[in-house]
Amino acid sequence: MHKPISFALDYSRYVLKGGVKFYAWMGFLGIFCAIALYGYYLQNTEGLIVTGLTNQIHDGLYFANLVFLVGVAAGAVTIVFPAYVYHHKAMHEVTVLGEMLAISAVIMVVLFVFAHMGRPDRLLHLMPFIGIFNLPGSMLAWDVLVLSVYLILNFIGGFYFLYVKYTGGTINKKFYMPLIYISIVWALSIHTVTAFMMATIPARPMWHHSMMPIRFIVTAFAAGPCLIILIFQIIRKNTKLWIQDEAIDLLSVIITWCLGMALFLTLSEVVIDLYARTEHANGLYYLMFGLHGLTKLVPWFWGSLAAMLVAFVMFLTPSIRTNPKLLPIACVLAFGGIWVEKGMGLLVPGFIPTPIGEVTEYYPTLIEVLLTIGLWAIGFFILTILLKGAIGILLGEVKYGAAAKSNDIASSGKTAAYESR
Amino acid sequence: MAPEKTPQADPAQEQPTECTAQATSAEPLAADETTPSRRDFLKSGGMLSLMSLMGAGALMSTSDDAQAAIEWAEHFQGNYRLMTPQEKAEARARLEKRYSAEYGKKVTVDGTEAQPNVLMGYALNVRKCIGCRRCVKACVAENNQSRGSQPGERLEWIQVLKMERGEFSKEKMDHGYPEGLGIQVGGNAYTPAGAVLEGEYHYEPAAVPEKDATYMPIACMQCEKPPCVKICPVRTTYREPDGVVVIDYNWCIGCRMCMAACPYWARRFNLTNPVLPKEEMNPMTHYLGNRPRMRGVVEKCHWCLQRTRTQGRYPACVEVCPVGARKFGNLLDPQSEVSLILARKNVFRLKAELNTFPKFFYFYD
Repeated sequence: MHKPISFALDYSRYVLKGGVKFYAWMGFLGIFCAIALYGYYLQNTEGLIVTGLTNQIHDGLYFANLVFLVGVAAGAVTIVFPAYVYHHKAMHEVTVLGEMLAISAVIMVVLFVFAHMGRPDRLLHLMPFIGIFNLPGSMLAWDVLVLSVYLILNFIGGFYFLYVKYTGGTINKKFYMPLIYISIVWALSIHTVTAFMMATIPARPMWHHSMMPIRFIVTAFAAGPCLIILIFQIIRKNTKLWIQDEAIDLLSVIITWCLGMALFLTLSEVVIDLYARTEHANGLYYLMFGLHGLTKLVPWFWGSLAAMLVAFVMFLTPSIRTNPKLLPIACVLAFGGIWVEKGMGLLVPGFIPTPIGEVTEYYPTLIEVLLTIGLWAIGFFILTILLKGAIGILLGEVKYGAAAKSNDIASSGKTAAYESR
Repeated sequence: MAPEKTPQADPAQEQPTECTAQATSAEPLAADETTPSRRDFLKSGGMLSLMSLMGAGALMSTSDDAQAAIEWAEHFQGNYRLMTPQEKAEARARLEKRYSAEYGKKVTVDGTEAQPNVLMGYALNVRKCIGCRRCVKACVAENNQSRGSQPGERLEWIQVLKMERGEFSKEKMDHGYPEGLGIQVGGNAYTPAGAVLEGEYHYEPAAVPEKDATYMPIACMQCEKPPCVKICPVRTTYREPDGVVVIDYNWCIGCRMCMAACPYWARRFNLTNPVLPKEEMNPMTHYLGNRPRMRGVVEKCHWCLQRTRTQGRYPACVEVCPVGARKFGNLLDPQSEVSLILARKNVFRLKAELNTFPKFFYFYD
C-alpha cells in the first residue's frame, strides 16, 4: 500500500506547487468558478427562470455546451488512435495528455448536466441501481451510461499509465491494451449516442435526420484536436516537455479533413432542406435567414460558416498549417465556428418554430452566460491540474523513490516479480 | 365463472335489469350497460376517494420542523408507479399534510387507480369551437397551474389556435418567382389557410367567433405510443392502464427531454416556484393529477384524473365548453359518446404520420 499513497502525495504536492504564472492562471479561473457557484445558487433557489429559457425554447446554452463538450471528449481519441493503431511515435509519447483532456471534458459535461437539470437534487433518480434507468428506451439514459463508462475508462487508463511511469515499472499490456482499444471505440460511441439523443426526436425536424451522428463525429474530430493543438503549444512554451512537430502536424491533417467533411455535410443539409423548403426546413431557414422577422441567430450562422471556411483554407495551405504562429489562429477559428454551429446553431433552431408553429427567440441572461463561462473555467482548472501532474510524471520530475529511496526495495521487488509472471 | 353479476357477464342476460336502472340517467347514451360505462368507473372511483378523505389526518397545525421532515421524507420516496399500496398511501398522506398547511385549507390528495375496462378517450368538434378559451381558464383554475405575472410563471395546458380561413388575392396571381422565366412558385404560396396546426393562441378579439378565423384547441393527446414516455430517462412519466399519460412530479429530474419529444407542444416546465394563491387553490387533488407542483418539474394535461377517476365528473374543459364541442368517455364502451363519434363521424388525429396514436380525436359534423 505504500506506493499508491506516495503516488497520491507526490502527485498532489507537485500539482499544487507552481510559479507566479501558475497561481495567477488558477486565481483567474477561480474568480469565474466563484461567480459560477453564485449563479448556480440563484438557479437552485429561484429556478431556471433566471436563465433565458422558456417553455418554447427550454434547452439553451447549457445543453449546447454539453453537446459540444461531449465532442471535445471524443476528440481526444485523435491522439490515442494514431498512437496505438498506427504506432505514431510522437503521438505515443503524449497519449496520456489526450486522456487527461477527455477526463476534464467529461467532467465539464457532467457540470453542464447539473446546470441544465431542473431538479439536480434528484440526480440519484438517474443513478443505476439506486434510481431507475429507462433502458433501452431513453437515449439520455444511454448517454449517461456511455459517458460515465468513458470517464472511468480514461481515468483508469490515464492514471494507470502515470502510476506505472511514476513507479518506474513496465506496463502490463494484457490489461492496458484492451482498455485502450475499448476506449477508442467508446469515444465514438459517446458522440454517436449524443447525436442519437437529438436525432431520434421526430417532433424536432431540424435534428431528425440520419446525417447527425456522422456530422457530430467529424465536427468533434475537428474541434477536439484544435483544442489539443492549442494546449500542446501552450505546453511547449511553458513547460520543459517538448511535444514533437510530427504530433501537431498529424493533428492538423486530421482537422483539415474532418473540417472539410463537416463543411460538406452542412452544404448537403442546406441544399436538401431548402430545395423543397417544407415546413420541416423552417428551423434551418430561421437559422440562415430568419423567420417572421426574427433573425437573432442569422449572424451567428454566417459568422460560424465564415470562420470554418477560413479555417479550412488555412488548414489546407501547408505553409500556414505548419506555421506555429498562424496555426493557432486557424485552430481558434475552427473551434469557435464549430462551437457555434453545433451548439447554439443546432440546438436552438430545433425549437424554432415550436411544434405548433410558434416562432420565439432565445436570449441567454447574464447569469446564464456567467455560469457557462464559470463551468468552462472549472473545466480548465481541472484540466490544468491534470495536465501539470501528467507532464511532471512524463518529465520524470515526479518519481517514486525520489524522496524515500530506502524503504521500498522489498515492495518494488514484489511488483517486478508480479509483472514478470 | 363467478356467481355474482360482474360487468363482464353475458350481455343478453344483463340487458333488461340494467335498462331500468339507467332510466334516470342524465346521459341517455350510457343506458346500455353491457360493458361498464364511464359512469360506473367514476362511481367506484368516488368510493375510493371518500376513503382517502377519511384518511386525511391532523391539519393546519404543522410546524416548520414537521414541514421539513415531510419534505425530507418526500425527497427519499421512490417512483410512484413502483410503490406498494401502503407506500402510496403514506406518500399521499404526507402531501395532504404539507399542502393543507401550505394553503391553509383541507387538501385531499387522492390516489384512485385506473379502473378495469376503461380506456379514456376524447373527441373535439372543430366545427363547433368558437375560440372563447373558457376551457383554458377552467383548466388553469381546476388544475392548480402557476398563474404569476411573469411569462415563465403562467402555465396553460390548452392552447386554442386561431387559424386564418385563407385569403387569396387577385393582385398576386401573376406574381411569384422566378419572374420572367415562368412562375414556379405562385404569389399566393406561403399564405396560410385552414387547419394547419399553426396559429396564434394569444388573441384578444372584441367578440368570438371572429369572422375570418377558425379555431382548433390542442392539449396533451394522451398518445397510445407516447414519445415522451419513451424518452424519459427515469420513467417518471408513464402511461396508465386507462390510457392517460401521467407524471410523478416527485420523481421528475427536470431534464425536459419529454418536452422536446412531444410533437404537440403539450408539456410545460415550472421554471420557478409556481404562483398559486391560497384562495384560488383547488383542494380536491389527485397524486398523478392536479396536486400543486414544485419548481423544476414538467407538467401537462391528465384529463382531470381528480374528476374523471374520483369524483365521477367530466374534465373541467368538457364541463365548461359552452358549445358542447368537447366530448369525453370510455373507448371500450361502444355506447359512450366518444365511441359513437368514432363510429359515426369523420374523425382525424393530429400529426398521424408520427405514429403516436393519440386518443384525442378531432371531428366535424
